[in-house]
Amino acid sequence: MTQTGVNEGPIRADRVITDGAAGLITRVEELAYELKIGEVMTSPARTVTPDMRMSDVLALFRDAKVSGAPVMANGELVGIVSIADLIRALQENNTAAAVSEYMTMQVTTLEASSPVIEALKIFAATKVGRLPVVDQAGRLVGIITKGDITRGVLRALEYDYQEEEVRKYRARHLFEDIVSDRTSLTLRYKIKQGDFAHGGNASSHIKRALVRLGASPQIARRCGIAIYEAEMNLIIHTTHGGTIRVEIEPHQIVMETIDDGPGIEDIDLAMTPGYSTAPDSVRELGFGAGMGLKNIQRCVDDMYLDSTVGRGTRLEMRIFLKPDEQLGDPNPSAERAGRNGGASQ
Amino acid sequence: MTLQDIIQQLDLTALTRKTDFSGITPASGYASDLLSCVMAGARRKSVWVTLQAHANIVAVAALLDLSAVIITEGAMPDPSAIAKADEEGVILLSTQMPTFEVVGRLWEMGLRTESR
Repeated sequence: MTQTGVNEGPIRADRVITDGAAGLITRVEELAYELKIGEVMTSPARTVTPDMRMSDVLALFRDAKVSGAPVMANGELVGIVSIADLIRALQENNTAAAVSEYMTMQVTTLEASSPVIEALKIFAATKVGRLPVVDQAGRLVGIITKGDITRGVLRALEYDYQEEEVRKYRARHLFEDIVSDRTSLTLRYKIKQGDFAHGGNASSHIKRALVRLGASPQIARRCGIAIYEAEMNLIIHTTHGGTIRVEIEPHQIVMETIDDGPGIEDIDLAMTPGYSTAPDSVRELGFGAGMGLKNIQRCVDDMYLDSTVGRGTRLEMRIFLKPDEQLGDPNPSAERAGRNGGASQ
Repeated sequence: MTLQDIIQQLDLTALTRKTDFSGITPASGYASDLLSCVMAGARRKSVWVTLQAHANIVAVAALLDLSAVIITEGAMPDPSAIAKADEEGVILLSTQMPTFEVVGRLWEMGLRTESR
């Protein structure tokens, strides 16, 4: 599989579905459930009355650039008239006829508070191009077409995309914007003993931070696995929990866990695959496979474990980043040149 | 083979928010109830079959970018675990079948372990 850059655009013309693109496809589907019809519909809808003539409908469609309109009589929705109805009237040379002669009377309506997926289901199952939208009291509040949905989803996607891009942009320029001989970013997390409900939260936050700072998915995954195992060790094996400390520099990531006991009696034995001191209650949850430290060793470039019984344990894990994996701005010199060029104009 | 095909053929119940499962193509499969083994063995975008149902499977699935977790023998995660899964974009599926049968059916459908 090719590595995909984290700053890749959301929409790609080719058919290679990258991880980023796959995430966005799912996001579109999610949006169909999250977005409400009321958020994407056209409101208010242009309406007509049953006694208007089809020539009036023609004028309305032409001037308002719409392709359909709900038909209202005394505040009640009585039908819908579409461009297809208008074409029929034109073919029959009967534009003087009343709207009531050509309109569709049995009209499906949608509630503004329903998710967009409800509209999509009807559009997919029928040939209708537009549906009137009503409030909970059944009053007409707007009209929805497939075009409205496409626009609404694109707007929401762009918003999502911008939010995350702004965060990534800010984070990536951290190392470039702050001048020092050696800049690092330190993240600290307090982990409580026995707190299985929040197990993995710190690891997830660290992984996300690394992605925003420009880490490749592979580096973020290696750090995530290593720190997850270390985090679970604090939860399972310590007396009072402990602290996770992650120091991020453009060229390396140093992750460290510190606790105050009970300490490891035999480090070589602890490193042996399959060896675990986890109690049965914890094993039932799927922990205690005796693979944790081995997993960490596999994921990091350098691992240092120091423990004294009765005093505590310190685990240090390092991942070194190759020149093309460095965090922060991937190409600061080129951008700086561009920025100066802009300023001199 | 998409996740939609798997859900249909194995008659799985989606516990997390329904998304377009036909847009997700699992790359491989993995089965274990020991989380560290999963951490070591499950590949990216794989389907993980397990009897575990507590909140930590969500953290594992999120950290490994798994396609979905199939929870067997009707084991049911807490509502808080399901909410966390929705938040992290992790798909949890449930079945009454035992792990052995689920894995067998997935294999018959053509899902394999990914070579390292």
